[in-house]
Amino acid sequence: MPAPVIVASFANVLVWAVWVVAAFACLGTGIAVISFTNPFYSSLSLIGNLASLAVMYLLLSAEFVAAAQVLVYAGAVMVMFLFVTAYLGDRADAAWAGGPTWQVLGAVAAASALFVEVVVVVGLKTSGRLSHEAKVDSSFGRPYEIGRLFLTDHLLAFEITSIVLLAAAVGGVILGAHSREEPMRGVRQ
Amino acid sequence: MMGPDVVWYLCVAGFLFCTGALGVLIRRSPLIVLLSLEIMLNGANLALIAFARHYGQGDGQIFALTVMAVAASEVVVGLGLIVAIARRKLDLDVDKLTTLRG
Repeated sequence: MPAPVIVASFANVLVWAVWVVAAFACLGTGIAVISFTNPFYSSLSLIGNLASLAVMYLLLSAEFVAAAQVLVYAGAVMVMFLFVTAYLGDRADAAWAGGPTWQVLGAVAAASALFVEVVVVVGLKTSGRLSHEAKVDSSFGRPYEIGRLFLTDHLLAFEITSIVLLAAAVGGVILGAHSREEPMRGVRQ
Repeated sequence: MMGPDVVWYLCVAGFLFCTGALGVLIRRSPLIVLLSLEIMLNGANLALIAFARHYGQGDGQIFALTVMAVAASEVVVGLGLIVAIARRKLDLDVDKLTTLRG
């Protein structure tokens, strides 16, 4: 066997190994997020989930999205979550599952039915068509390429995103500032 | 592309989405409902980026970045609501917030 073939197959095995580790970390931390009682541990599990997703984005040659994922999500958004969890203290420890057991069973049945549907559709409908993937050059997913797309083809989405972020910032300030007045009516205590 | 096919990524994305949906359905703490929503959005992001790589076009990554910005806005508003609920000394329980029930 010539040397380049051996190197290529070794790299393939290596990529598979990294993918398997990242995928199982992703699935495990996802389940951990929804099963912890303490929201602090749930937030920490979500940070692990986001980090393993960033590894998978790197395998898909989306370097800029992976960096943004770690900086924006695992950095800023999760710090916000942890601050609110710390602010709430032990009041944030909520009951594990709500309602009678048939509701929980129905939710589990609905979620697993959804997953089975996704797998069946992906397996049946796409088996032949998704086998030839496009060749990409090394500039794919680089910040230059992302910036070019954002400022040419997707300029409207870019501007609307800034308006959405501004509206969310104003909404957050208003929700935080005017919440000391009268208690909400119509709420069962 | 070295490593797994796009189909494997799609299966992981589907599982993530269903995990998040299950969390939204069975948990009552609004904080954990928000975390589960993040998991659902990330499952959608993974599918978008897998398809972007598969078709060799960057538009899927643009979509994923936009989804990230929308998720950040959603978290800001959701956490603001949770803080407002907590300041009014109400229970942090999504089943008890029934003002809008018809």
